[in-house]
Amino acid sequence: MPDPTPRVIPFQPPRPADPPALRIEGLCLSRSGAALLNGVEMTLSPGGVTALLGPNGAGKSLLLRVIAGLIAPDAGRVIVPRAMQGRIGLVLQRPVLLRRSVAANLRHALALARVPRRHRAPRVGELLALGNLEALADRPARRLSGGEQQRLAIIRALAANPLLLMLDEPTAHLDPQATHAIEALVARVTEGGTKVILVTHDTGQVQRLADEVAFLHQGRCHEIAGKSAFLTHPESAAARAYLTGKLLL
Amino acid sequence: MPTLSDSFLTALGLIVSGDADLIEIVALSLRVSLTAVLLAALIGLPLGAVLAVVRFPGRGLLIVVVNALMGLPPVVVGLVVYLTFSASGPLGVLEFLYTPAAMIVAQTVLVTPIIAALARSTLADLLGEYDETLRVLGANRFDVVATLLWDGRFSLATALLAGLGRALAEVGAVMLVGGNIDHVTRVMTTAIALETSRGALPLALGLGIVLLLITLVLNAVVLGVRNRMEAHAHA
Repeated sequence: MPDPTPRVIPFQPPRPADPPALRIEGLCLSRSGAALLNGVEMTLSPGGVTALLGPNGAGKSLLLRVIAGLIAPDAGRVIVPRAMQGRIGLVLQRPVLLRRSVAANLRHALALARVPRRHRAPRVGELLALGNLEALADRPARRLSGGEQQRLAIIRALAANPLLLMLDEPTAHLDPQATHAIEALVARVTEGGTKVILVTHDTGQVQRLADEVAFLHQGRCHEIAGKSAFLTHPESAAARAYLTGKLLL
Repeated sequence: MPTLSDSFLTALGLIVSGDADLIEIVALSLRVSLTAVLLAALIGLPLGAVLAVVRFPGRGLLIVVVNALMGLPPVVVGLVVYLTFSASGPLGVLEFLYTPAAMIVAQTVLVTPIIAALARSTLADLLGEYDETLRVLGANRFDVVATLLWDGRFSLATALLAGLGRALAEVGAVMLVGGNIDHVTRVMTTAIALETSRGALPLALGLGIVLLLITLVLNAVVLGVRNRMEAHAHA
């Protein structure tokens, strides 16, 4: 017998379309009267590696901190795709490792990511394998080499399965071998579907890793383009000056 | 009046022979002071961590107060605890006065600010280093406090040692609230004061030597354990 009570379907207001990729609108941040971010506008591609390129003081590291929610902007906003919300990882230029072993650093990150205790040990094993650090699992994290510490910081950031991983100059001060290991790790991360934003000064690294390039200068995004287009035919005068080695003031 | 060397030799004899009175006094001193430091740690460490991590109105003032309380005069603490536990006091019903329990309370009051202030300072420094990393990893305030307490544990051991040193060396407060009753509330410092006033220097000196040895051994043990553990795993 049919139910005589009519079904009531609650009204659902149309939701704004979920942006497919990270979008930054009019981001401004000043400190002591100096505009550090000066109306940054950019829409990043949904996947792959976006390199943030620009001279020292351009606002690259600051932009990563704002995207990660560590610093609130004075104006503007960061629009994060719904699926990506709460799943953003950041590796700082000088990563701070806890005063614990390599494995304990990973266990701690998994605990903070609320990974159930029974799943942590196998996940630690996976992460160690990803970073090629299995042999160093019980070593004090702070006694690793610079390259090993960076690899640990990256796999620790992956503990929460981020959909966006931001790396602030991960190969600064590293030798070519350690740089290669980091780049190989980043390539594996992107293969897994994680979007990567990479701050770098190294155009060679941009050539090897990036899919697109955003060029920042004096707190503004002057240009965002595909890697090849940017490296061969940069549109902005600032980017052209930077790529030809001219000092940008 | 025995000479200093005579007293010293007699004191060594008391220690070596395991004099029953001396052992009883030393054991009570350790029981009272270690219990007080344990209680002070349970209060002071979380308090120091909260003061280091959490921002709230009046935090600066509270830090100043806790720091100032490090220099709390023991006799004042003894007087307050005495009045609290005296028959007409608010907690007189507990009948703690002239018992080791009152001495533990007095030493806990004295030691808690020391542990809290030193812990706050240590953990604030550590927070400056860890803050961004922990926030990026998704830590809430409880996670931050727990992480700082664990990673700062070797430095915090020094704060606990400072607290223990204060407790073991303290005489004014325990004298007031314990009464220095033989076989009941007599501890090393009150016994030293009494025996010296009576001219019984060997026992006073023996207790003084034991007090110094205990402090020395505890510091050596904590430093040794700390160095070994740091070298083993945690740099």
